[in-house]
Amino acid sequence: MVAAAAVLVPVMWTLSTSLRSPSEAFDLPPHFIPLGFDLTAYREVFVQIDITRLVLNSALVTALIAAGQMLTAAMAGYVFARMRFRGSNLLFALVLATMMVPVQVTIVPVFMLIRGMGLSDTLLALIIPAIPTAFGTFLMRQYFMSLPTDFAEAAEIDGAGPWRTFFSIYLPLSAPGMAIVGILAFNYHWNEFFRPLVLTNSEENFTLPLGLVSLQGHLGTGSISVVLAGVIISMIPALVVFLFGQRYLREGLTAGAGK
Amino acid sequence: MISTDKPTGTPARRRSHRWFIALLLAPTLVGMGIFTILPILGSLVLAFFEWDLVSAPTFNGVDNFVALGADTTIRRAFINTIGFVAIAVTLQLALAMFLAVMIQSRMPNWLRLFFRSTFFFPLVLSAASVSIFMRYMFNEQFGVVNWMLNLVGISSVPWLTTQTGAAAVVIFVFVWQNFGFSFLILIGGLASIPKELHEAAEIDGASGWRHFRNITLPLISPSMLVASVTAMITALQVFDQPYVLTRGGPGDSTRSAVMVVFEAAFQRLEFGLASATGLVLMLIIMLITWGQFRLSRRLVFYQ
Repeated sequence: MVAAAAVLVPVMWTLSTSLRSPSEAFDLPPHFIPLGFDLTAYREVFVQIDITRLVLNSALVTALIAAGQMLTAAMAGYVFARMRFRGSNLLFALVLATMMVPVQVTIVPVFMLIRGMGLSDTLLALIIPAIPTAFGTFLMRQYFMSLPTDFAEAAEIDGAGPWRTFFSIYLPLSAPGMAIVGILAFNYHWNEFFRPLVLTNSEENFTLPLGLVSLQGHLGTGSISVVLAGVIISMIPALVVFLFGQRYLREGLTAGAGK
Repeated sequence: MISTDKPTGTPARRRSHRWFIALLLAPTLVGMGIFTILPILGSLVLAFFEWDLVSAPTFNGVDNFVALGADTTIRRAFINTIGFVAIAVTLQLALAMFLAVMIQSRMPNWLRLFFRSTFFFPLVLSAASVSIFMRYMFNEQFGVVNWMLNLVGISSVPWLTTQTGAAAVVIFVFVWQNFGFSFLILIGGLASIPKELHEAAEIDGASGWRHFRNITLPLISPSMLVASVTAMITALQVFDQPYVLTRGGPGDSTRSAVMVVFEAAFQRLEFGLASATGLVLMLIIMLITWGQFRLSRRLVFYQ
């Protein structure tokens, strides 16, 4: 009960303060229940920073990473689940091993690669390196291994080649697995802070978390409710995922934790 | 593993099969080659050079690694990180364990669902956003936390402006956001314990603590191991919370190892030093993971 309150109170305070006029933000006793409904702060956040731009950047980056991960992980996962070739086990072990590498170890060379490609300070710099996914490939491999092999046999008898078998039979069947990969990617990259901080410089390429942190820096403590309005706006998609995709997210997050 | 698509038939068909495998794997493997494996090799080389991106890199042997130990800021950052991991992970696991066991007790289903969703909720938020509002809440003069402390007669604590205060806030914010993940793993583990074992223990008259100590704990130990390894790896890489809450201060009191990587590379352009720091961090992560799995062979009980 205490733990649940400790989780909820800060979120309630954030919400209710964002819904008050900037002058009320310092009120003590503080407000935990969002009774007031003052949208000044929400209007201000559009004036003080280009939050539309931040939202669009975040949405674009996250959507493209998620889509890219879903497709490439499904492709690689299918091969690792169904095809045996010389070195396939070794290759899969190598893919898994890259999961252990923290992003901070590779960030300096990645930064240089991006510079060399002429992509510094672009949204593509955030998107392209994030598409290959070891964990997603692992999840999709598990998923394909759980699907029956009869379809492949039947398709082959009907004369379908490997491409047809994959794209028109197995890929559609793997939609639930791809949903898990997509939601995990969304949750991670929507909230991501470190890579955007390193790989983008100009405010027009900032994603939401980065834009909000720099907003807090600009404004000091003067307009708490404006910053908090931005924070609440950034939470809306996360809330949608929480309400509708919680099961997928839970499954994905704990998938690596199984046996 | 069953393989269905053995390359059979005509040579042409076999060739198309090889193309199929190659093209399906290409995006993932080429991408990882460029953006993970090449960078690791790059880091390994760069760690032995001095390079500011402008002038030509110069080889300086192990100087970067020597600097790691000699530079007081960097040494402090590593000590901070280890201490942070020890405290934050212990708190996180203890809290998650306690809550996971509590939620198994008799309560209406909707209440259980409410608790589970609530504990899960911080996981969908961004650490940066959470740190933004927590920074306001822990403000010394007008923060909500001090206001509540004043209510119960405790005078205001200078949270973010003193070394211990700032460290405590970083730990709190990190645990606040991450305990739900350990909790998820542990309720999964608890749910897999056969009911009969609990019933048998109750018939034998085992008390609450004895029951927990002799039945629950050994049976949940595999989940406990997974929860602790994942929590430690996350904690070792802590960056967002101290960066937003304190920028590593006051002094160096909340500077983390990853902050050193960031500052060395992207504020002072010491790319070699940053690579060396990153490699040492990765080495620590690998050692801890390996150590925990070794230890587990003695302590963990697999059904």
